[in-house]
Amino acid sequence: MIVKREARMQLRTSEDIVRARQTVREWCIAEKFNLVGQTKMVTAASELARNTVEYGGGGELQLEAMEDGARSGVRLTFSDKGPGIPNVELALTDGYTSGKGLGLGLSGAKRLCDQFSIKSVVGQGTDVTILRWS
Amino acid sequence: MERIPILKLRDFLLVSIQIDMHDRLAMTLQDDLTAEIVKQRAKAVLIDISALDLVDSFIGRMISNIAAITRVLDAETVVVGMRPAVAITLVELGLTMPGVRTALNVDRGIELLEAAIARRDAQDEAAE
Repeated sequence: MIVKREARMQLRTSEDIVRARQTVREWCIAEKFNLVGQTKMVTAASELARNTVEYGGGGELQLEAMEDGARSGVRLTFSDKGPGIPNVELALTDGYTSGKGLGLGLSGAKRLCDQFSIKSVVGQGTDVTILRWS
Repeated sequence: MERIPILKLRDFLLVSIQIDMHDRLAMTLQDDLTAEIVKQRAKAVLIDISALDLVDSFIGRMISNIAAITRVLDAETVVVGMRPAVAITLVELGLTMPGVRTALNVDRGIELLEAAIARRDAQDEAAE
């Protein structure tokens, strides 16, 4: 699995969430995602970008175009230096919410992609990585 | 300030969301619609989302909220024109939007609202 190209963007405001959605859509189109694949990846990105802004106090999105043999994909990493998640397993449960959301952000995003990983340390921050193949 | 226009047509309010809304804009639309329903004495709200290429949990929640608020204000809501890829993604995301009526297009949406209003008027008359 190789990384063909990489980019980073800031996530601070709700306008940044919209910009992230648009950029992720462009990357998915470049990697030949079909319309449903694009929509799923962009929706997952929107949920995770909102988590970064709302709960992580802002952070960064890293985009990577991936290649693995004949298939191509997009990998997204959302990083913040916020309070962290004390119980990741609980946070991944449908309907669990610490704030004003619906509690679908993490669990929903996980269902919309092929690979999902989360690393969170209380007091240090959270990194969420998702990958979807075209 | 950026705003989504709300059009009045007879007893209806029509909203067509044509841009990728950021979260604050979605909240503004919810507030504006609530105020307009009362001000215009609207009986129904039609929200066209055919231009939206994404409905995430925030926008989904806004739509559910609008439907709940209009019901409390004695009005009806219908959401029309959801794209197939958006519908597939919403289901997988786990967003069910309870209480939100949907129709395939504006024509069918208006038919549905007219039928609901007629039914309600008939009930009101029967009660008198």
